[in-house]
Amino acid sequence: MSDIPKELLYTKTHEWVDNSGDGTATVGVTDHAQSSLGDLVFVELPEVGDKFSAGDVVAVVESVKAASDIYAPVAGEVAEVNEELEDAPERVNEDAFGQGWLFKLTLDDESGLSDLLDASAYQAVVEDEEH
Amino acid sequence: MPFIPHTDTDIRSMLAAVGAEQIDDLFDEIDDRLRGVDLEAIPPGASEQSVSRLMQERAAADAGGLCFIGAGAYEHHVPAAVWELTTRGEFYSAYTPYQPEASQGTLQLVYEYQTMMAGLTGMDVANASLYDGASALAEAVLMAVRANRKSKSKRVLMPAGVHPFYRQVAHNICANQGIVFESVDFDPAAGTVDQAALERWAGEDVTALVIPQPNFFGALEDVDALTDWAQANGALAIGVVNPLSLALLKAPGQWGTGAGADIVVGEGQPLGVPLAGGGPYFGILCCRKTHVRQMPGRVVGRTQDIDGRDGYVLTLQPREQHIRRSKATSNICTNQGLLVTAATIHMSLLGPQGLKNVAATCAANTRKLVQRLTRIEGVEPVFDSPCFHENVLRLPANADAVLEALADKGIFGGLALAAHYPQLDNAVLVCATETKTDADLAAYAEALAEVLSEHAPASASRTSAPSVA
Repeated sequence: MSDIPKELLYTKTHEWVDNSGDGTATVGVTDHAQSSLGDLVFVELPEVGDKFSAGDVVAVVESVKAASDIYAPVAGEVAEVNEELEDAPERVNEDAFGQGWLFKLTLDDESGLSDLLDASAYQAVVEDEEH
Repeated sequence: MPFIPHTDTDIRSMLAAVGAEQIDDLFDEIDDRLRGVDLEAIPPGASEQSVSRLMQERAAADAGGLCFIGAGAYEHHVPAAVWELTTRGEFYSAYTPYQPEASQGTLQLVYEYQTMMAGLTGMDVANASLYDGASALAEAVLMAVRANRKSKSKRVLMPAGVHPFYRQVAHNICANQGIVFESVDFDPAAGTVDQAALERWAGEDVTALVIPQPNFFGALEDVDALTDWAQANGALAIGVVNPLSLALLKAPGQWGTGAGADIVVGEGQPLGVPLAGGGPYFGILCCRKTHVRQMPGRVVGRTQDIDGRDGYVLTLQPREQHIRRSKATSNICTNQGLLVTAATIHMSLLGPQGLKNVAATCAANTRKLVQRLTRIEGVEPVFDSPCFHENVLRLPANADAVLEALADKGIFGGLALAAHYPQLDNAVLVCATETKTDADLAAYAEALAEVLSEHAPASASRTSAPSVA
C-alpha cells in the first residue's frame, strides 16, 4: 500500500495538491502514480506564467515504459516549476510528495479546491484500481 | 492448409457471427457517394509481356541525353557496390522490423547513418530518416512549434528562396494546425534573403525562421547572420540543406555566434540514391539535444547487454505513436530504410575526402558551365551571390521554347523558373554535377548558341507574329 498523506488533496488522475493557504498550491504526482509509471526518465514542465483551466494538460512525465499527461487539478497560473527535475527526474520516484513536486499554481479562485478528493476518497480510487 | 487468411467459409461464418449479410454492410455508415466509385479511367489488365514492352518504350523515351537539371534532385555517380550491397536479402526491406531488436544488423546500420548525419550537420542527434526533404521540412516546422514554448504565435518565416515544392508541402501539412507561414522575399540582385524584408519581423513573436543553404537558386545565404537574427528574435533556426554541400560548407551546428541551428533538414537523394520521378528519396532530420523529445521519427541508440556486449535498440520511444497515441510527436513510425542503407554505404565508400571531392567538382563544373554559357550573347547570370552547384541564368528568348529545342538535341538544359517565380521571366536554373565532363559542358554551350540563333529575342517573340520559315 502506497503512502497517502492525510493533509493533501488529490485527483482521480493521481495528482496531489498542497494548498498553502496564501492563494498558491503545489502540485505533484502521488506515490501510487510514480510506482505504477516506473523509473521516470524525463519531466516536461510548463513555462512560468502559463495559464490553465482545471483538467488542462500542464506537464508530461515520461518513464521507461510510458509517457503520461499531468492535468491541472484546479485553474490557475504557473508561479514556479521544479527545475531540478530537468536533470533529476528520479526525484519524483524517490520523493513524490516532497522533492519530486512538479509546479506551483497561483489559484484563480480557491473554490476549485472543493472539487478535489481527500486522502480517504483518493485511497478508495487507488484500491478500486488495484482490483 | 491453404495460406489464404480469409476463405469464403471464414468470411461467411464471421459475417454470421456479427449478423451481417455481406461485407459491404460493414461500411454502411460511410455515405454511398463516398464509396464504390468506379475507376473508369483504369484500363483492363494487360499481360506481363505487353506491360514490359510498354515500360521499355517509355524508359527509352527518357534515356540518353545530358541532364543539367537539378532543382532538388541531382544526378551523381553512385558506385556499383552501393546498390549491389543494399539489395542483398539481409537489407532488402524498407521497414524497420516489428521486433526491431531482433535485427541488430539493420539497427547498427541506422545507428551508423545517424552518426554520419550528425557529423555532417554538426548537430547532436539525427533520426532514422523521414520520407523526403519536403516532408522533413514540414516535420521540422511542427517540431519547432512544439519546442519553442516561449513563442505563442505559431508564425514561421519562410524565405521565397526555399524550394517551391518544400514550401507547398510544409503548407499542406502544417496550415490546418494553425501554423502561419509568412513569406520573406529574396533580394533581386543577390537571390538571397532580403534583409529589409526580414527586419519587418524584428521584435515580433516569431516561432521559427527557415534558412535554406544553398537556397533553391543555388545561392549561398548568410547563414550566420540569419541564425543570429532568429536567436535574437526568440525564433528557432531551421536549416534546409543539401547534405552534399556540407562536405564544403560550414556545418549548421556552427552557424552564427550562438549554439548553431536548432533543427536541420534536407533531401538525402544526393547521397547514393539514383534519380527517379517522384522518388523514393529520403528526408534527413537532425537537431540539438535540447529538442530531442520533440523530434519525430525513429531513433536507434547503442547500449550494452548484461554481458557487456554492444547492442542496438530503438530509443526515446515514448515520443512515438504506439506509446504516446494522439500526442505523439508525429505519425511517422517508420523510415526510408532501404535508401538510408544505400546512403550509409555510399558515404562509407566515399569517405569524408571523397564526399568533399564530389562536392568541389560539382561546384567547379557549375562555375565552368556558367562561364561558358554567359559567353553567349544575351545569356546573363541573374544573381551575383556565390553559389554551390546551381545558378540562375537569364536567356534572351522564351525559356520554355529554348529548353524544348535543347531537349530535341538531347540536352536537358535546366528548369524554367517563371512557373514558380513570375518575376524571373526567361530565367533557367542550371546545374552541372561531377558527372559532367568538359566535353559535356562544351556540348551544352554549343547547342544553346545554336538554339538561340534560331530563336528571336524574347522581347520580339512576344510582339511579332510567328515567323514563317
